[in-house]
Amino acid sequence: MIRRTKKDAMKMKSKWTGGPDDRTWNVFFCGTGGQGVLTAAEICAVAAMHAGYHVKKSEVHGMAQRGGSVESHVRFGKKVYSPLIKRGSADFIVSFHEGEGNRLASYLGKGGTSFVPFLREPGLQPRDKRFANTFYLGMLSAFLPVPEKFWNSALAGQLKRALAENQEAFADGRKAGFARAGGGAGE
Amino acid sequence: MENVKTTAEQKLLSGDEAVARGAWEAGLRVACAYPGTPSTEILETIAGFDGVDAQWSVNEKVAFEVAFGSAIAGGRSLYASKHVGLNVAMDPLMTASYTGVNAGFVAVVCDDPGLASSQNEQDTRWVAPYSKLPMIEPASPSEALAFVKESFTVSERFDTPVLFRMTTRVAHSKENVSVGIRQDVALRPFSPDIPKYVMVPRNAYQKHIRVEKRLVALAALSEKTPLNRIEKGSAKLGFITSGIAYQYIRESYPDASVLKLGFIYPFCDKKIASFAKSVREVVVVEELDPIIEEHVRMLGIKIRAKHPTFRIGELLPEHIPLICKGAGKKELPSTARKPVLCPGCPHRFVFTVLKRNRVVVTGDIGCYTLAATSPLSTLHTCLCMGSSITIHEGFRRILHDGKIVGVLGDSTFVHSGITGLINAVYNRVKGLIVILDNSTTAMTGGQNHPATGKTIRDEPTRQLSIESICEACGVDHVDVIDPKEHKKLDALVKERLSGDGLSVIIARMPCRLFDRSKSQMPEYDSVKCKTCGLCFALDCPALVKTEDGHVDIQKSLCTGCYLCVDSCAAGALRRPQ
Repeated sequence: MIRRTKKDAMKMKSKWTGGPDDRTWNVFFCGTGGQGVLTAAEICAVAAMHAGYHVKKSEVHGMAQRGGSVESHVRFGKKVYSPLIKRGSADFIVSFHEGEGNRLASYLGKGGTSFVPFLREPGLQPRDKRFANTFYLGMLSAFLPVPEKFWNSALAGQLKRALAENQEAFADGRKAGFARAGGGAGE
Repeated sequence: MENVKTTAEQKLLSGDEAVARGAWEAGLRVACAYPGTPSTEILETIAGFDGVDAQWSVNEKVAFEVAFGSAIAGGRSLYASKHVGLNVAMDPLMTASYTGVNAGFVAVVCDDPGLASSQNEQDTRWVAPYSKLPMIEPASPSEALAFVKESFTVSERFDTPVLFRMTTRVAHSKENVSVGIRQDVALRPFSPDIPKYVMVPRNAYQKHIRVEKRLVALAALSEKTPLNRIEKGSAKLGFITSGIAYQYIRESYPDASVLKLGFIYPFCDKKIASFAKSVREVVVVEELDPIIEEHVRMLGIKIRAKHPTFRIGELLPEHIPLICKGAGKKELPSTARKPVLCPGCPHRFVFTVLKRNRVVVTGDIGCYTLAATSPLSTLHTCLCMGSSITIHEGFRRILHDGKIVGVLGDSTFVHSGITGLINAVYNRVKGLIVILDNSTTAMTGGQNHPATGKTIRDEPTRQLSIESICEACGVDHVDVIDPKEHKKLDALVKERLSGDGLSVIIARMPCRLFDRSKSQMPEYDSVKCKTCGLCFALDCPALVKTEDGHVDIQKSLCTGCYLCVDSCAAGALRRPQ
């Protein structure tokens, strides 16, 4: 299995030619009930589908949603079989909850990026905490080979409430993500 | 309402949504279900389509019979439920196998390996040989759409109900699915046929002969159908598998040969034998029970299969290499956060009162089952839907003067609580039943039922009055109370428990999924706080314990219900001035 670093991710992005590349991307979303984990994962999956990928996404509904742990696996590529990410192979852990992100850290693959440290980093905070999920989704978008127009159409298609605020949070996050992924600000 | 005309459109659909879409495209006329994770979204999706008569039925037996009646009358029909829901519908199912159908009939059933939201882990594949019905199982949403269409064809061609089995990981996974247009399927004329549809002994005997012949014909289909496909790969290693396990095998062993079963009963014995001959080693991988494994062994084929410990719980992609090695499963304690009643949940008031009265609570299935978790720990039995009233009666027959209370929700009461209540009255038991009426089916996300007065499409209908039906059953005392008035509720519980008759208290307050109103959060005086922990015993997510045992009220979660204020003996938590 090919492991990618964040910089590779950026290379993939810049080389994007309008069709899927030849690897599978694994994005693991987690948090607790009510944090917008499932919404963020759905937007990511729809954006990747619009970009021409085969997408699989998996999560569990029902009792788990009553304030319990919530996780959603999003995988996309040319052809994806398993809807679940294998432990130790996520390219990204996008967690909206520190405890949950740490608990599920074993999903992260070599060279992968966990968003858990971002939750405390002063420069990487959403202006409005209610839209933290779309803010960090915006950050994620900077790392993934999915063009901006597909993120925008997915956001507009999936969010029924407070679209303008969410778009703003997404744009903020995307900017912060590029600063981070481009190597300008971090590391 | 949706009406797609193109065939090239792609949608991101879950297995549930794909089943709904496929059935609609196959000309579905009638669809019935009772909500149950992970099958709920099938009917919710169907209700969004034009041209289908969709309903939430009172329970699964009713759903099965209504949909099956429509199939006999000549329209393609569908029933959907979770695995334990099918148990409720087993009576009509077993004999529907004998009568056969007129128009196509598909019974969709979703198993829940790993118990994401269920009371057991039963493997519904056993129902196929038991009922002598064909069973089809998809491994992805795309297959779900295609296979459900094929199921209607098989149903009509072989004059049989078709069982359509999915698991949580297929039902709740999504992928891009190519959708099509709705097929125009004419109604089939119904003409009375007493030997076919009236199952009295003489007719049923003749039908049993036919059922056995049908199984032979279905087994021949199983050999030919592309739903059972061989993917040729390495001659060294071959897998026989079905459902989600197929996807995990493809990830771990992309070069292996695979016999992927989609038409999972009756088995394709010849195909299995020829596949086994074509590879040096055969491994059977399946989730839950060893059904394929036992059948293939019975054919005299040498295989390797999973260690018995893998019969428990959900199969995961990382398990496949372990299964191939013959290793056992290591049980790890779950570290997931436990689910908890929402802040401001009406149930919390009731269980706080019951806990204070130190009663034994017989419960069943709903959000309120969460009251069994620590620190509330105020629900002592949970077996199946509606069982709280009947288990309460069983307790009372042994512990005549015990402090025992049966607790169930409004939707569960209508599902199968009413019959137990009639039994209790008829057989002269005394006691107390509390109906937690939050006016929705909450645990599955908030579906309508007869007592909400609204249909699956939110249209108004005649509303069932829970208090009237309790009175009509002959209950001695029926009270309706707002559980927020928990002191009054406490007094009423004490009075009814010490009384002589059979009482029902209906605790009526809307679910937090629908009533999101908030009051100001309480004030907290950390000096007065004795860190006794009484407030934390309420298990409210809005109250977070600090390292030194004090209270940190989460403003974003607190609904201002003030139950914590009333529980605080030190006066540290106060209503806002």
